[in-house]
Amino acid sequence: MLILECPYCGVKAEETELAAGGEAHLKRFGPGSSDDEFHDYLFMRENPKGVHFERWRHANGCGKWFHAARCTMTLEVFGTYTAQTSVPTQEIIDKIAAKRPGWTWREFADEK
Amino acid sequence: MKRYSVFAVAREALRYHTGWERAWRSPEPKRHYDVVIVGAGGHGLATAYYLGKNFGITNVAIIEKGWLGGGNTGRNTTIIRSNYLQDPSAAIYEKARSLYETMSQDLNYNVMFSPRGVIMLAQTEHEIRGYKRTAHANQQQGVQTEWISPERVKEIVPIINLDGPRYPVLGGLYQERGGTARHDAVAWGYARACSDMGMDIIQKCEVTGVRTENGRTVGVDTTKGPIDCDKIGMIVAGNASVLSEMAGFRLPMESVALQAMVSEPIKPCMDVVVMANTVHGYMSQSDKGEMVIGGGTDGFNNYTQRGSFHHIEETVRALVETFPMVSRLKMLRQWGGIVDVTGDRSPIISKTPVQNCFINCGWGTGGFKSIPGSGWAMAELMATGHSPLTEEFTINRFKEGKFIDESVAAGVAH
Ligand SMILES: Cc1cc2nc3c(=O)[nH]c(=O)nc-3n(C[C@H](O)[C@H](O)[C@H](O)COP(=O)(O)OP(=O)(O)OC[C@H]3O[C@@H](n4cnc5c(N)ncnc54)[C@H](O)[C@@H]3O)c2cc1C
Ligand SMILES: [Zn+2]
Repeated sequence: MLILECPYCGVKAEETELAAGGEAHLKRFGPGSSDDEFHDYLFMRENPKGVHFERWRHANGCGKWFHAARCTMTLEVFGTYTAQTSVPTQEIIDKIAAKRPGWTWREFADEK
Repeated sequence: MKRYSVFAVAREALRYHTGWERAWRSPEPKRHYDVVIVGAGGHGLATAYYLGKNFGITNVAIIEKGWLGGGNTGRNTTIIRSNYLQDPSAAIYEKARSLYETMSQDLNYNVMFSPRGVIMLAQTEHEIRGYKRTAHANQQQGVQTEWISPERVKEIVPIINLDGPRYPVLGGLYQERGGTARHDAVAWGYARACSDMGMDIIQKCEVTGVRTENGRTVGVDTTKGPIDCDKIGMIVAGNASVLSEMAGFRLPMESVALQAMVSEPIKPCMDVVVMANTVHGYMSQSDKGEMVIGGGTDGFNNYTQRGSFHHIEETVRALVETFPMVSRLKMLRQWGGIVDVTGDRSPIISKTPVQNCFINCGWGTGGFKSIPGSGWAMAELMATGHSPLTEEFTINRFKEGKFIDESVAAGVAH
């Protein structure tokens, strides 16, 4: 069973309290972007066997969106962090580097 | 290959069954093949089979990291139907369903195809409209389905509860020639036929890299060494994104867990497949007497081949309200598979940005039923570069806005 700690209210929430929100740190493209950019934003998804970053919502709790870093191979959770960022915290990145040497993910988008 | 027949059974009975031969060979890989198929699930094996049977291409290796049929092909609930909404879907699923009708004879292998009928229950006004629309579409497509009344549903499925606590049964979409087949037998039957044509099925061998030169496929790296080939077919379901990354392109796809379970065996009580998509559960009875039960997918990316506990509870809850007798049953086994889900819930059967590298994936929660049709079409695509059945199922359809939207029609798609 997946348990994520909500970075806002500190509750260690179990899956039924949470709603999954898909890939994290997507850069939004809209009018004025190229077809490829718009297509990739809408449809292409990171689908790694290993380290993954996702959006989650503490749906049956405080109701807030947050981020989680997780391994899709083992369901190990590396950490959770707030929604107001386009990159994971250094602490989480260090932890992943220690546990999964050589890990990769796509470039973190600059959401500004 | 010695053919299976009633005479073979009699002959072997007389000599204590000492004369049966292995159904397929387990060779070491050669250095070069015309075609390498990655993934010995139903779709990979069927593709290889039709490459040989329809196009005479038999210098083929099928490479499997585990054991053949051990992926979703051996984990599914075996529902076969072709009552999809969109024309391209109806075409390939109905092709598959019709091939299932004669598969046991074609392969000389009993796949236990049982066209016992499939009912998809309508339990909301919205679903009534949706299924009537599908029934009309099916009529245009030449797929035989009909809209049936609640009374008719009760007649076909006496154990059903028409006025459940939350959702009454308001009717159903009925496909009389839908049904089930034995999942392992489909994989085994194709494997035996492929091996007989001289193809090499290489199990316990993982593809770890896809080699390209000047944008063209030249081979694969495996845990049993490099293998050269002229063409690759990647047919690995939930691992499609992993393979595409090896070849250097991305897919509009996510991999999630889907679970199923079976009960203790009981006397025959339901000779039809029933799907209740609003409450999220479906059920059929296997020939052994077990009730075969499935539900919805988990919501997050997962490669562990096991799913979330609360989904099991949700599924059972849905079935208890639809079939109250289920509440007394013990569940024997529960398992999960990793399904490959695209944005429009339709598969991708397509050329890729890498030349001579083809992909067949995205069947998600519902690709057992399509195995023969998909193999037929994929073989045609790989052999000739074109297949009328795959035309709409390209990787590029998302960019062009040409979705084959089965997400509304399918709900719980199996
Ligand atoms: C619980 C459940 C219930 C389902 N119910 C139904 C149903 O009722 N009706 C229906 O129509 N469909 C159903 N499905 C969907 C159906 O099972 C799949 O769509 C179908 O089996 C996919 O077949 P496949 O051959 O593409 O994949 P698989 O059978 O998964 O085969 C892919 C193979 O590729 C291998 N592979 C992966 N990576 C590598 C690598 N790097 N190197 C070598 N080999 C590799 C895997 O080991 C695997 O054996 C269900 C699925 C699940 C999980
Ligand atoms: Zn919270």
